[in-house]
Order: sequence, then C-alpha cells, then structure tokens
Amino acid sequence: MDISLLLTSTLTLAGGIPLTLLLTFASLLAGLVLAVPLAFMRASSCKWLSLPVLAYTYVLRGTPLLVQLFIIYYGLGQISAIRSSVLWVLLRDPFWCCLLAFSLNGAAYTTEIFRGGIQAVSNGMIEAAQAVGMSPLQIKRRIIFPIAFRSVLPSYANEVISLVKATSLASTVTLLEITGLSRKLVSETFAPYEIFIAAGVLYLGLTFLLTGFFHLLETRLNGAPRAEARPHRVDLQQVAHE
Amino acid sequence: MPGAPKVQQIPMHGIRAERIEKRLGGNDVLRGMDIDVRPGEILSILGSSGSGKSTLLRCLNLLTIPDRGDIWIHGEKLAIRAASQHGGPAAILDQRQVRKARASVGMVFQSFNLWPHKTALENVTEGPVLIKGLRRNAAADLGHHYLAKVGLSGKADSYPHHLSGGQQQRVAIARALAMEPRVLLFDEPTSALDPELVGEVLRVMAALAGEGRTMVIVTHEMAFAREVSTRAAFMHRGLIEEESPPRQFFFSPVSSRLRGFLASHR
Repeated sequence: MDISLLLTSTLTLAGGIPLTLLLTFASLLAGLVLAVPLAFMRASSCKWLSLPVLAYTYVLRGTPLLVQLFIIYYGLGQISAIRSSVLWVLLRDPFWCCLLAFSLNGAAYTTEIFRGGIQAVSNGMIEAAQAVGMSPLQIKRRIIFPIAFRSVLPSYANEVISLVKATSLASTVTLLEITGLSRKLVSETFAPYEIFIAAGVLYLGLTFLLTGFFHLLETRLNGAPRAEARPHRVDLQQVAHE
Repeated sequence: MPGAPKVQQIPMHGIRAERIEKRLGGNDVLRGMDIDVRPGEILSILGSSGSGKSTLLRCLNLLTIPDRGDIWIHGEKLAIRAASQHGGPAAILDQRQVRKARASVGMVFQSFNLWPHKTALENVTEGPVLIKGLRRNAAADLGHHYLAKVGLSGKADSYPHHLSGGQQQRVAIARALAMEPRVLLFDEPTSALDPELVGEVLRVMAALAGEGRTMVIVTHEMAFAREVSTRAAFMHRGLIEEESPPRQFFFSPVSSRLRGFLASHR
C-alpha cells in the first residue's frame, strides 16, 4: 500500500466533504420537517390519517434507496408533463434529485422512529397537560414531542449515521461528493485500494463526530441539573422543541 | 337529556354534577349519581376499589367524558354530547369551554404525572406560561412561590427522576396550585407512595385545607379524611351510598355497607 498516495488522496477527497455534509443535513432537515407531522398522523387512532402514512413508509422502507433515486433521476425525466413543468428546473439537476430521494426515504424511517416514541409517551403525561387546560397542539408541541424525541434519540442518531453513508449513492448520478470524487480519482490513478480506504476513513471521521454530537445531546437532554450545564441546556432544549 | 325538572339553583362557584353515568369496559362504573362541591368545602370521597370514585373525579374535569349527565363548573354548564344508544361515544362539544374549565380546576394524580423533561420549576410554570400567558420571569416568581409553599424551594432545578415520590407529588401539587384554581381535585394522592413519604404530602394538603380552599379528595387515608374534610361521601357501585359531615360519617354511619367499610379500614 502506498501511504503517501493514501494521504494525498485523503486530502483531495476531503474536497467532497462539503457536498456530503450538505446532502446529509439538507435531507435530514427536510426529512425531519416531513417526519414530525407524519409521525403524529401515523400514531393517530384515526385510520384515515394513519393508513396513508403507513402506505408511504411501507413503500419507501420496502424498496432500495438506490432504486428510488434512479426512479427520480432517470424515471421522472421520461414523463413529458414533468419535463415541461417548472419542477423540471430542479429535477433535471442530480443534486435536487438526490436531495428529494434522501429526504423522502429518510422521512419514512424517521416517521416510524418517532411514531414509536410518540406512542410510548405515557397517558398520564398527556392527562396532566389536559388537566391544566392545554390544547391538543400545545400538548403535542410541549409535552409529547419533547418526551418522544428524547426517548428515540439513540435510534434517530442511527438513522442520521446511515443517511451520511447513504449519500454515497449520489455518486451514481454524477455528483462529486466523497464517493463520487473517489471514483473519479480511481479512474485517473488506477489505485482503488488506497483511494477507497481514504474515502472510508473520511466517512468514519464524519460518523465519529456525529456519534459524539448525539452522545452529548443525549446526556444534556436527559437533564443533569449541574450548574455549569444550565446555559447550554436551555439552548439544546429549544432545538429539541423545534 | 335536559328532562327531569330540577328547581335547585345552579351555584356560581364550585362544581355540580347531575345524573352522571359512565360505562367502562362493560361495567356500569357510575350509575346516575349526583354530586355537589360547594366553595370552601373539603369533600372526601371514600369507597372500595372499583366503586367508581376515581372515575367520578375524572369526570369532574372531563378527563373521562361521562356517557350521560350534566356538569356545571363555576355555574357554567359544560357542553357534552351524550353517548348514543348504539355505542357512539360521548364527546366534548366545546373544547375551548372545557379547557377553560380545566384551567380553573387543579388536579393531582395518583402517579404524580410530572413531565420528565422539565425541571420542578418548569413543571410548575408550564401551565401559567402557556395557558395564562405569563411572562417567563413572572412565571418563575410564581413557580418559586408555590414550590416554597410545598416545602421544595431547594429543588426548583431538579428533574423529577432525581426527586423522591413524596417530593414529586408535592411538585405536582405546586403545579396544580400555580394555575390558581378555584377547586382542587386529588385522585388518591398518596396511594403510590412509600409509607414513610405519605406524611409529607398529607401535611401539605392539610395546610391547603386550612386556607379554606375547595378540595375534592379521593383517598384511602381514613384519619386524614376524618381530620381535614368538611364532608365525606361513601361510594358503592357507582352511587353515593352515604354522605355526611365527618363526625357523623365516621362515628355514626347509617349504612351497613359504610359500617363494614370503616370496620375493615381500622
């Protein structure tokens, strides 16, 4: 193994980190925004709300992400109605196709994770909120979601980490994020061993940082009432409420 | 059904429930019972488990919606749709009205039900901030005031899981008080506590009773009910079997069932 090639290619591939992170966090955010209301619908006792969401999560969790990405990237372009619509400005761009696929797919998994957390919130917490006169929306926002979020944080962290790795699929539709750059570099140098190891090291580094972040978030949210933790704790709670 | 003509006046304060019926899991838990909670009175409700006393209490702030019957809170009749003969559930018709009524009726639960993600202080201030629109610092002052009242000034920043059961229940009492309710409902507030922690909660409740608050207490603490209440009611199979001032209730009960109940709880 050529160590110096490994090091130089690590530096080159690091140029793909911003795109990998952008794909990860943008689809994470979009997925979260979609997943929170969907999770409440999915957890609802009303069939008209929960069944459509179940259908959605069932289909998106039951098919490979790569297939979903290909359907969006290659498939949607076949439909002339879409080609002639405003949407085409976005959908002909591989970046937006990736973002769409990752967000929809991530939302499906996140919905099911949150649904579990929402349904696990004990009835007593909700009754206590009703008893002071809170509205259903206030109860969801102030009581159910924060409690559910804390309880599913470890599973949600897993979902975030698999999303980081899933962004490597963007390389199949020409995007030059970490994996895309690696493939390009390999085709130039014919040194797949060093270069893909370098790519792996970068992903490992990202996962390491994210795991650390979620670990920190978990301990903070679980409320250590130490004086020095107070100012930060407030900030993080606000994050959790959103 | 607004059928049966009652000439009694509806009190402007306190709670009145008339002909309350509730069926749960195939049992008639409440069978058309009436109850009146007058301002300033401390009403203890006793009875063996399954007699419907907790269900009655939960009907008073509509955590459980009665199948039939009318409820007035502070003189205002709550808009409830009765359950249909074909099994359609009873429903709240005016959510805003019920929320307003609930905000004026504090409730303390058997299992405390503190919100685990909030500190003691935040548990207490949540209602005043959200419902009454208090500013954060005004609410914090209010919260500290009521935590001090239940003897927990030092625990404002503690999370529920760092508090003992007795402390949690006292925070829950402070949470109910912070809404400055006109009636307080207690649903077996000491039943989930270790015996050595019961006293601290009962002392707080006795102090509240001493302030002339209106309280409805479902309890198994005979001595407490005898000392503190102004009226006691004995429930049996979804009806009030006997109600009287505590002296008569505990020392010369009329009903043989109540006599048997008191004897078995000595």
